[in-house]
Amino acid sequence: MKKLNPVPRMKSFVPSIREQSIRLSEKTMEEKEIASTFLLGVGDVTIFVKDIFKETFTRRFEFKEFLRQCYEIGNKSLPLIAVTGAIMGIVFTIQSRPSLAKFGAESMLPGMVAVSIIREIGPIITGLICAGKIGSGMGAELGSMKVTEQIDAMEVSATNPMKYLIVTRVIAATLMLPILVLFSDAFGIFGSWIGANMKGNVNLVLFFYQAFGAINFMDFFPAIIKTFFFGAVIGVVGCYKGYTAGRGTESVGIAANSAVVVSSLLVIIVDMIAVQITDMLQ
Amino acid sequence: MMNSQTDHRENVSAVKTPLKPMIEINNLRKAFGTQEVLRNVSLNLYNGENLVVLGKSGSGKSVLIKCMVRLLNYDSGTINVLGNEVSSLSMKELNELRMKVGFLFQSSALYDSMTVKQNLEFPLRRINKELNEKEIDDKIHEVLENVGLAESLNKMPSQLSGGMRKRISLARTIIVDPLIMLYDEPTTGLDPVTSDEISALINEVQKKYKTSSIIITHDIECARATANRVLMLKDGEVYLEGKIEDFNKSTDPLIKSFFK
Repeated sequence: MKKLNPVPRMKSFVPSIREQSIRLSEKTMEEKEIASTFLLGVGDVTIFVKDIFKETFTRRFEFKEFLRQCYEIGNKSLPLIAVTGAIMGIVFTIQSRPSLAKFGAESMLPGMVAVSIIREIGPIITGLICAGKIGSGMGAELGSMKVTEQIDAMEVSATNPMKYLIVTRVIAATLMLPILVLFSDAFGIFGSWIGANMKGNVNLVLFFYQAFGAINFMDFFPAIIKTFFFGAVIGVVGCYKGYTAGRGTESVGIAANSAVVVSSLLVIIVDMIAVQITDMLQ
Repeated sequence: MMNSQTDHRENVSAVKTPLKPMIEINNLRKAFGTQEVLRNVSLNLYNGENLVVLGKSGSGKSVLIKCMVRLLNYDSGTINVLGNEVSSLSMKELNELRMKVGFLFQSSALYDSMTVKQNLEFPLRRINKELNEKEIDDKIHEVLENVGLAESLNKMPSQLSGGMRKRISLARTIIVDPLIMLYDEPTTGLDPVTSDEISALINEVQKKYKTSSIIITHDIECARATANRVLMLKDGEVYLEGKIEDFNKSTDPLIKSFFK
């Protein structure tokens, strides 16, 4: 009798309960790992910030290094901030003028531009530029110091790197950013005057008189206060990313890049919170 | 300050060497996660000797010397440096101990943003706070003369070659008159001629500054030139300890592969 070939069993495309449970547990493990990495990161940053506070208020402040950092952060960022501020003012004026002209409100241009620049555009643009320039600089510098063992060398020279490198940079960024924003605002309004003069003839003194006439204390004060927080956020994130960089040279690039991304995002979040608080107070 | 340091050195030198080691390590264990890097490592460094620690890359040599100055915390065992148990020191006490221990890093670790002069001033101003400007300048010139780079005073680290960076790094280490020197791969990445010069410099430092040194290396020529005693690590454990001649004569395949 001829034997029949056994019919091959069809492979089921529906995963078995065992396969499904394995996939589910793998997914759960992945999510658990992501959650634990995130929470560990939050914990690390919290300890880092706590250490910054602790070292700021313990004896022997590194004043010379602090001044050097103020120069590096403040003075060396000034040309970029000035040019950006002026261009921002020119563009904003040129873009706003036709809309105001439609309503016959061209005379309100200086006041409107000044309020916009001082309340929002000046701080946020300066914050984002500084997040890019200062944040990446700190991330890359500290990251490369870590990779080339300079931070270890500092430690064996009986110097606290947290005090010498981190505290000085964070305080310098916190104090320099409001000053940079003031410059940015001033150059922005000046740029606005240039923009206004492109299609007309406006006296500089009159323009500034009208611009500052529209500004009151509550336009200026919250805007400056929030820039201290912008500076602190940029300083902490830039230093944290650089200080905790890995050992390879690749980690220097990663530290610089993530410092820019995270500090830019945080600047925008801080701005949103500051606007909400200001709105509640008014 | 210089006098007080000299007195301190004389006191240490007066200690009977075989009885009281400068560094005494017992059953040291260090792991990174599940990877055990050092397992029950014990060693002694005696006064005035050069102890070379040999081993393949990844055998735990650098971790060992980083534990000695608590750049890394260890899991168990004891490290006693100049009579102090390293793990139990407060930060202030640890910094005082670190002032007496010089550390030459594998990558030289010169501060990129500072000139050679500022690099040398950095530890000196922090450790010898009462030195005046002239004393600091004299000390800088002295150590630069000793490493043969007196003309590099105002150069930036980026303007120096690998060998010059190593020399300046050595100058920065010896400027504070350490009692113990820890060299982490001092000749790595250097050409044979410069490596020989660095090895000779290590011996000069030992004689002139009367230091006791641990030299971490896998460069046999450097080991031959500098070692009073050799200790070999394999997979985080002490594989063999003895005189360089013992290693030269050994028939062990691993040791022969190093000393061929």
